[in-house]
Amino acid sequence: MWSFFHKLSSPKYYYEWSGKWIPWLGGITILLTALGVYWGLVIAPTDYQQGESYRIIFIHVPAAWMSMFIYMVMAVAGFIALVWKTKISEIVVSECAVIGAVFTALALITGMLWGKPTWGTYWQWDARLTSELILLFLYLGVISIHSAIEDPRIAARAASVLAIVGIINIPIIHYSVTWWNSLHQPNMELVSESPSMHPSMLIPLLIMAIAFKVYFGWLLFIRVRNEIISRERSTNWVKKLILAS
Amino acid sequence: MFKALLTIIQRDLLVAFRRRAELMNPILFYAIVVTLFPLGVSPDKNFLSQLAPGVVWVAALLAALISMESIFRQDFDDGSIEQLYLSQHPPMVLIFGKVVAHWLITGLPMLIVIPVMALLLFIPNQAIPTLFITILLGTPILSLIGAIGVALTAGLRGGGVLLWLLVLPLYIPVLIFASGAVSASIDGLATSGHLAMLGVGLILALILAPLAISASLKISMS
Repeated sequence: MWSFFHKLSSPKYYYEWSGKWIPWLGGITILLTALGVYWGLVIAPTDYQQGESYRIIFIHVPAAWMSMFIYMVMAVAGFIALVWKTKISEIVVSECAVIGAVFTALALITGMLWGKPTWGTYWQWDARLTSELILLFLYLGVISIHSAIEDPRIAARAASVLAIVGIINIPIIHYSVTWWNSLHQPNMELVSESPSMHPSMLIPLLIMAIAFKVYFGWLLFIRVRNEIISRERSTNWVKKLILAS
Repeated sequence: MFKALLTIIQRDLLVAFRRRAELMNPILFYAIVVTLFPLGVSPDKNFLSQLAPGVVWVAALLAALISMESIFRQDFDDGSIEQLYLSQHPPMVLIFGKVVAHWLITGLPMLIVIPVMALLLFIPNQAIPTLFITILLGTPILSLIGAIGVALTAGLRGGGVLLWLLVLPLYIPVLIFASGAVSASIDGLATSGHLAMLGVGLILALILAPLAISASLKISMS
């Protein structure tokens, strides 16, 4: 197994290996998304409290889950990049930051759109919203330090340190924000974001969650491959590959 | 090793006292930022005292950050930091010495200026001791976390704005617990919970931040 990871850290091997996965990941993403969207928007029953507007959770909740999951992937890749200095993990850090920031923004925007009809306001200084907003700032920090340093390898290592510092801080920020909210504001009579759900709604939600995960893998592979090609453009195997196509 | 640490602290303090005018800058900055709030919001006494814990600490965050930039800048440019990494002592310890010295120069004066400004914002007297404790516990965390950001951006031209973007989100827990403690003591509530959390934060930062700072400086030098 170690030899597999070892091989995977070589850009050429990774390129060939991920190339085999891409059509599969793409196919699964499209199938699951189509199934999940149809099930969620058409088959799933209307919520008796929130009406049709609750259906945005089929995008919102998976996006929010992804925003945290991708940060974890980024920090782990950052750790690998700092310890073993493999090129692939360095690329994964910077690509994760971009994808993760988009998912976080998506979760925030869909949450705000859902909040308007449900809470009567786009924004509440609710603990979950606030920590999601701070998560977005953390992602933007990683992206901006990465783009500020010219040498891509140094940039990746600086971004990795920041990602790891961030992952230690995320639970602290989350709990401090939760505590802050409970201390400073009376409990708002909000509809809880994830009440115990009926299976007819839960199953499409889980399908969408898996679809988003596979989509992330698909997107990550494509982006990492592009970056490999651009960084390794002076090597022989890339030249051969381009001449062959 | 301990002697090397003390030497670094002594040397940095000496350099700072040779340029006394700069010592005042964070304090002045702090006073001006706090002055802006009554002018911008309202001079009403009740309203201000409600706002005060937040204002006092938001301004402290900004003042800490604005003074942070000087911590490694000059030593980084003239190569002294590189020399620290070449010495026989672990660089983490020496860098920690620099952070301590920097806190003594910029963080400790906050003990004087913050209570004065607190009076201008009508914080009741019973909250002043709590305010002191939050400054003592909170500002070292600000210095330690801020130093990570400075270390990451040390090699960059115009890393200033970037530093703010990197570090301010990480300061949020300090802001919440410190201003929370002051608010609680104004309302006559128990503050031990907040202060304990600040203490935990300080211990965590003391243990983990030097690792991140020395790793970041090394990256910036490569």
